[in-house]
Amino acid sequence: MPDMLLELFSEEIPARMQAQAAKDLERLTVGALTERGFMFEGIKAFAGPRRLTLAITGLPPEQKDVREELKGPRTDAPQAALDGFLKKTGLTKEQLKVETTPKGEVYMAVIERKGRATPLVLAEIIPEVMGKLPWPKSMRWKPGNPVRWVRPLHSILATFDGEVVPCEFAGIQSGNTTRGHRFLSSGNITVHRFEDYEAALKKAHVVLDAAERAEIISNDLKQKAFALGLEPIEDIGLLNEVSGLAEWPVVLIGTIQDEFMDVPAEILQTSMRTHQKYFSLRDPKTGKMANRFALVANMLTKDCGKEIVAGNERVLRARLSDAKFFWDEDRKHSLDSRIEKLKGIVFHAKLGTQFERVERIEKLAGEIAAKIGADVTKAKRAARLAKADLTTGVVGEFPELQGVMGRYYAQHDKEDSAVADAVRDHYKPVGPSDAVPSEKVSIAVALADKLDALTGFFAAGEKPTGSGDPFALRRAALGIIRILLENKLRFALKVSDDLLTFFADRLKVALKEKGVRHDLIDAVFGLGHEDDLVRLVARVEALQAFLKSDDGANLLAGYKRAANILKAEEKKDNKTFTSEVLESKLVEPAEQVLFAALKAHREHIDLALKKEDFSAAMRDMSQLRHPVDTFFDDVKVNADDKAVRENRLNLLASLRATLHQVADFSRIEG
Amino acid sequence: MAKARTFQDLILTLQSYWAGQGCLILQPYDDQMGAGTFHPATTLRALGPRPWNAAFVQPSRRPSDGRYGENPNRLQHYYQYQVILKPAPANVQELYLGSIRAIGLDPDLHDIRFVEDDWESPTLGAAGLGWEVWCDGMEITQFTYFQQVGGIECDPVCAEITYGLERLAMYVQNVEFVYDLAFNEQFRYGEVFHQNEQEFSAYNFERADTEILFQNFKDAEKQCRELLTGKKLPLPAYDQCIKASHAFNLLDARGVISVTERAAYIGRVRALAQACCEAWLQTPMGEYKPRFG
Repeated sequence: MPDMLLELFSEEIPARMQAQAAKDLERLTVGALTERGFMFEGIKAFAGPRRLTLAITGLPPEQKDVREELKGPRTDAPQAALDGFLKKTGLTKEQLKVETTPKGEVYMAVIERKGRATPLVLAEIIPEVMGKLPWPKSMRWKPGNPVRWVRPLHSILATFDGEVVPCEFAGIQSGNTTRGHRFLSSGNITVHRFEDYEAALKKAHVVLDAAERAEIISNDLKQKAFALGLEPIEDIGLLNEVSGLAEWPVVLIGTIQDEFMDVPAEILQTSMRTHQKYFSLRDPKTGKMANRFALVANMLTKDCGKEIVAGNERVLRARLSDAKFFWDEDRKHSLDSRIEKLKGIVFHAKLGTQFERVERIEKLAGEIAAKIGADVTKAKRAARLAKADLTTGVVGEFPELQGVMGRYYAQHDKEDSAVADAVRDHYKPVGPSDAVPSEKVSIAVALADKLDALTGFFAAGEKPTGSGDPFALRRAALGIIRILLENKLRFALKVSDDLLTFFADRLKVALKEKGVRHDLIDAVFGLGHEDDLVRLVARVEALQAFLKSDDGANLLAGYKRAANILKAEEKKDNKTFTSEVLESKLVEPAEQVLFAALKAHREHIDLALKKEDFSAAMRDMSQLRHPVDTFFDDVKVNADDKAVRENRLNLLASLRATLHQVADFSRIEG
Repeated sequence: MAKARTFQDLILTLQSYWAGQGCLILQPYDDQMGAGTFHPATTLRALGPRPWNAAFVQPSRRPSDGRYGENPNRLQHYYQYQVILKPAPANVQELYLGSIRAIGLDPDLHDIRFVEDDWESPTLGAAGLGWEVWCDGMEITQFTYFQQVGGIECDPVCAEITYGLERLAMYVQNVEFVYDLAFNEQFRYGEVFHQNEQEFSAYNFERADTEILFQNFKDAEKQCRELLTGKKLPLPAYDQCIKASHAFNLLDARGVISVTERAAYIGRVRALAQACCEAWLQTPMGEYKPRFG
């Protein structure tokens, strides 16, 4: 079956938009084809600096015939209804059929559409899809024409089975030619189908597939680094970006001047990455950054890139001179002396300045430090200095270096090393793959920083919504959860109810990946007094293991039965049963046994809970299974004797209360 | 192509190249402004249906970029070379690359790239899509397709090409300190402008009288508004808008405008620019409706 090839050739497409544009082109085309009843074997979209390409294989030469039956109004319906139906179908009354249905006689329209030749349909689809392609930002360029594209569009190459599909977009007629590399190729290239297209482009110094370009860069990078006894510092984001900036990527190696090598590696790396899109290299033995950088050019030159490297080295010198200037200037003022400047930086309109925030964090960090056994003085000192680097030149230039720079400046100021580390690490974890701080001083400041943000923004009514979380509060809550759990820190989150619910939700997400059931988390949070996350998770884990056992599952069933009866009876009597069970009023042996079992095990359970040995507590609870089962088999709760009935309900309530010491079992599903 | 050896060679080469492409070679505008875009030959002529192709050098002042003559490449007074082509020709990128060849940068030996960089001027209510052009990792040109000026949609769309002349010359001459540039065969850039940078940095940051500047801003704003009422005079009104903008830039450099006030001042200049642009479109040269059509 024939193939289709489409190439949209334009001026340089922003690297960040390319991958999504290829996906959208594919998605919209698939939609348009399916809508018209087309099936095909395969489809692949490509994007690069100057072109979007779509290749479809196994597309039939003709559209399928379509036969559609539409039911119209009843034959005795008013004329207006019939007129409307005729208008809708484009038929005359004579062309309608009459069919008898259970509702009477109705008009039926049979519409038969002959399938059209595929190129005709494609000619319709291509401009439609192009018009719908959702660029994040697009522009007009044709006088008097409102049509938009990401940058001026120059040509449309569209073929089906090797022949041009005649169509038009933005006044551009489709054809079967394209162009190669901007500088390494000249003139038009005529192509018929994907195979010769891809090959012709390669000859014209264009690698079509972004994944292939990334692979070329990655391999080239490794080899050239290896030749110097070095290795590239991996950077997937940068790799993807530079793959979108070159049609013919060529890796070249340049040298960083020695005078910059005593500037912290993070500054060099960030400056090179952000401004120049260079890769950093390091010595695989020491892990130290090397005085070399790798750039990805879009050009092959007869001097093998000599001029290009020389030019880039000069640009880098200017860039690094700036960075070094900031680094040198920044160290002329201590972090401590910068705290005052935080008064001039607004953190959030409702939450005051960064200075006020630091004051809060400092106090909170001190309190937390005392609770978790960290050095209170150091924690407070670190909190006080934590945000001071926001006023430095380096952080002004590279905001992503906040914290990292603070540590360097704190070290330079001869601050205690735990303090300096905490200044850096209090932002951690910055993402799901980032490690959490493990030193106590750092932990105290990291918790204080995040708790202050959470409580502040919640109080200011800036809670995250379904679609937006501009202050990254979900990340902050998850950060706290991870810090506490991974360090097994016993710490009560004394926060408002809505914030505790927020934590519960985050915890569910975090534990879901570990296969923990969300209803069990609800069951434990449902107790209402559990704000120690480590203990909470221990409860949940014990509970999950317990419910997997037969005893656990049966006890849960018994509990549910008890809880349901209680709920119904409590509603009926409009009261809650919490009174002591009167042993004298226990008539049936089964209820006496249950009572005795509860009494016997309660002490064990209490003891186990006190030791936070939830598994043991639940093992004890599971001993209640048989008495509970027998109770429900033998005893009629709603006895005729009012006192006996109430006593039985109190007995069930006592069972419920016992189990609720671990979790609110009513929230457990199943 | 031989390299443009001196700063003035570079300018002369660009002038003759763009003259050869049919551009009007205009002279700098005689008002202090932050960028070539402020030249009425760009701001106003970018609007309306009339074709317009012009090129000119524009001395540009960015008071807060003053570094007392000590920074290797930052200047509070520098030159932009600006080309404005309306409507943007289909081969405008090629035309641009021709100018790069003309000044002696051979694209076959260098790595020339068009890297996404959309341009926006909040004070002019102007925005466009385009790139910064990189030569071996160095940004040498800003290339923009105007979409909007003075809050008004551009149709036809024009292409604006802006070369930072000092930076480009430093690249061509292989110089790392701007004051070392050869201005011509006898003079270095520093001999012409170093003292200028020192004195104006002191003026911008220390001596400019903020009271006078605040008054200048108000006066210019008032005069601009007046010129746009009754029989409208958009060209003189726009001069006042330029003056207001420069007064604001100086006040900003003096550090007397707070973050919140800043946005308000920018909004005031933008309002003036918009009013001027709207009035300009009502004039014969700005005519918004096509004359023939």
